Amino acid sequence: MSVIFSKTSGLTETATHYCPGCTHGIAHRLVAEVLEELGLLGETIGCASVGCSILSYNYLNVDMIECSHGRAPAVATGIKRTVPEKTVFTYQGDGDLASIGTAEIVHAAHRGENITVIFVNNAIYGMTGGQMAPTTLAGQKTTTAPEGRQPEFSGLPLKMSEMLAQVPSASYVERVSLHHPKYIRKAKKAVLRAFTCQMEHRGFSLVELLSTCPTGWGLDPIDSLEWLEANMIPYYPLGVFRAPEEV
Amino acid sequence: MKGNEALALAAIHGGCTHFFGYPITPQNEIPEFLARELPKAGGLFLQAESEIAAVNMLYGAAAAGARAMISSSSPGLALMQEGISMLAATEIPCVIVNVMRGGPGLGGIQPAQSDYFQMTRGGGNGDYRIISLAPATLQESAEMMQEAFALAQKYRTPVFIVSDGMLGQMMEPVELNKSRSKERVAEQPWILTGHHNNRSPRTIKSLRLDPAELEIHNLRLQEKYKRISQAEVRFEAYREVDAELLFCAFGSTARIVKNSVDDLHQKGYRAGLIRPQTLWPFPALAFRSLPKSCRSVICVEMNCGQMLDDVKLAVEGRVPVHFYGRCGGMIPEPEELTARALDILSGDSQ
Amino acid sequence: MYSERILCAGFGGQGVMSLGKLIAYAGMLDGRHVTWMPSYGPEMRGGTANCSVVVADQPVGSPIVTTNATCLIVMNLPSFEKFQHSVSSGGLILFNTSLIDRQVERRDVLAQPLAANELAAECANPKAANMVMLGAYMGLKGAPRLDHVVKAMKKVFGDGSSTLFNQNMKAVRKGMEAVGKVTASKKAA
Ligand SMILES: Cc1ncc(C[n+]2csc(CCOP(=O)(O)OP(=O)(O)O)c2C)c(N)n1
Ligand code: SF4
Repeated sequence: MSVIFSKTSGLTETATHYCPGCTHGIAHRLVAEVLEELGLLGETIGCASVGCSILSYNYLNVDMIECSHGRAPAVATGIKRTVPEKTVFTYQGDGDLASIGTAEIVHAAHRGENITVIFVNNAIYGMTGGQMAPTTLAGQKTTTAPEGRQPEFSGLPLKMSEMLAQVPSASYVERVSLHHPKYIRKAKKAVLRAFTCQMEHRGFSLVELLSTCPTGWGLDPIDSLEWLEANMIPYYPLGVFRAPEEV
Repeated sequence: MKGNEALALAAIHGGCTHFFGYPITPQNEIPEFLARELPKAGGLFLQAESEIAAVNMLYGAAAAGARAMISSSSPGLALMQEGISMLAATEIPCVIVNVMRGGPGLGGIQPAQSDYFQMTRGGGNGDYRIISLAPATLQESAEMMQEAFALAQKYRTPVFIVSDGMLGQMMEPVELNKSRSKERVAEQPWILTGHHNNRSPRTIKSLRLDPAELEIHNLRLQEKYKRISQAEVRFEAYREVDAELLFCAFGSTARIVKNSVDDLHQKGYRAGLIRPQTLWPFPALAFRSLPKSCRSVICVEMNCGQMLDDVKLAVEGRVPVHFYGRCGGMIPEPEELTARALDILSGDSQ
Repeated sequence: MYSERILCAGFGGQGVMSLGKLIAYAGMLDGRHVTWMPSYGPEMRGGTANCSVVVADQPVGSPIVTTNATCLIVMNLPSFEKFQHSVSSGGLILFNTSLIDRQVERRDVLAQPLAANELAAECANPKAANMVMLGAYMGLKGAPRLDHVVKAMKKVFGDGSSTLFNQNMKAVRKGMEAVGKVTASKKAA
């Protein structure tokens, strides 16, 4: 009998604290599997950001550092510039990356920093209890937008991948989704390409993963997957926004 | 209503017109409440992209005449320090709430008093002071919130409300003073309104490259701080008159100390409490004239000894000053305090 | 001197928070000092929820009950295992046997089992298990007063005329009766 599914050694045995139906767990697995397949687990340093994924250092079988809210790309810069031979990545939520951390992410891209950014976009602040994020969709209800996000008051949701693809020194930017196995397979390829990009010294790479937050959205896990597909994908189109020539 | 919500409602009654904030536990109920209620009261709620942005939005709004406030918790306050220094330098009246949690770094989210230094010494640059109000009950939280706006206007200064996760999350009965302050700020002679071509332009600024000019400005600020120190010191003294052992504690810790003081009295010991209600200006005078009976002081905090410095400075070595602290979000129990007090009392009587 | 330190625990959706609020609110109407304090933050994510209630003649110091609880009202097994040792000697453990198939190990406390889910279902509202627990608590402690609970219920849930309100009150009475019965049968045995 052959083993058809075995847990990746990139994940620890620790049970995650994520809510039922939260796709953070899937995002973790993709990162872990890719690093394992590239044989990089022992050569990687991860930067955990402030958000529900802050405890990712308990789940990913790599050396990791905890960063202040929004600052992971700057911390990653410091690490990569000190040990350029290591693989360095950040794992950031949308509050972390698209709100408080916009300066850091733009300037990491701007310098063409040779790091990989795993950007989990669930259109809300999960950890703090469902407040509006810059990525919250128009009309979407949150605890700080009780009537739903009103674009004329709060603007339209930020499209970070599109924005960062415009930064001249960015190298690889792709948006994928985690709502369905078929898409998850695509997402894994994107994560693989991003890390490969780094190994080939091509500079800044980022994968945006559209994700669910059943708790913050007030939906059950299945409805959340459907909500993502029906609402997020039309506004946040999937695809490669920036790629170096032959990746 | 949770403490945070009572604070937010009291802010509306206190005439708050503008709120800016960024999510952080354990203060989230303040922005969430104001997101719902402030617009109904004709005010503005705006979520900032960070605490740095929030404090600068506050600066702008108050400079343009708003009765404005922000709130955050410990790590967020740390980010705001640059802006707070600016607010102090430019003498902008506004209110800043800190619902403290455990530190340093991200620390934890459970109640702590880890920011006494941050709230009384500041992390921002320069010689400045900020009035720091420390409530111990929800009733007092609400009252201080309303008063904070008045103090801010009176002295043209930012005012801190120093709460913590316990006061923020708990519920207890509160009676709100609903007479909403109608006091308008907009007429003051420094507010940026546009000069309408009938007066010279106003500037709000902190940069003073001429050392002599900067010194004059700083001395004027110091003069103001002195006036505040003389007029606005507040503290509660509880069973202090014939106390042998005097506790000093603020905020939620003081609630627990009171239990212990009563407990000690039942056991036949004379203990009392000085509870600073203003952390700055610190009620040093409460310690300058210690009751004759007082043989030692014990400072109790939910940190590793921060207010302790001020207590020692105020006691000036006249009696020994002890310390008892819990930190990280651990809450002292009255029994622990009583046991520590008994140790001190028995040591003293030898 | 009256001083009740109550810990209400269960999982999210069982209504332990509102159970605590009702005891606190009615306690206030009884003329006592009260506080209510929830657990908060990501610790809630695992699905467990708890709150502390203090009802006393004196102003309340710490609103957080971690040790020295005089009463534990517990609705599910994980909370039961976590908190049964938070009760001080001589205290009361009121536990929901619908979801807790264990016995209280301690001998120094009063243990009161109650099949709250079943009893609530009998009142046509299986979600009112928390109200059954409230009734049992009132039955055993003699406080807070029933009319104050009615008032508190209107305050916490609004509208005293709705069917929900009536079901809840029925469940409270059910809880009161149940402890009457159980204590009686214990005596008989
Ligand atoms: C300076 C600072 N401000 C605020 C916070 C509180 N905080 C913790 S997590 C978080 C939001 C995280 O949201 P997101 O990045 O979208 O990740 P998610 O939880 O949704 O995965 C915030 C604002 C903090 N820790 N530090
Ligand atoms: S709050 Fe949202 S993002 Fe956080 S663990 Fe739960 S589902 Fe996931």
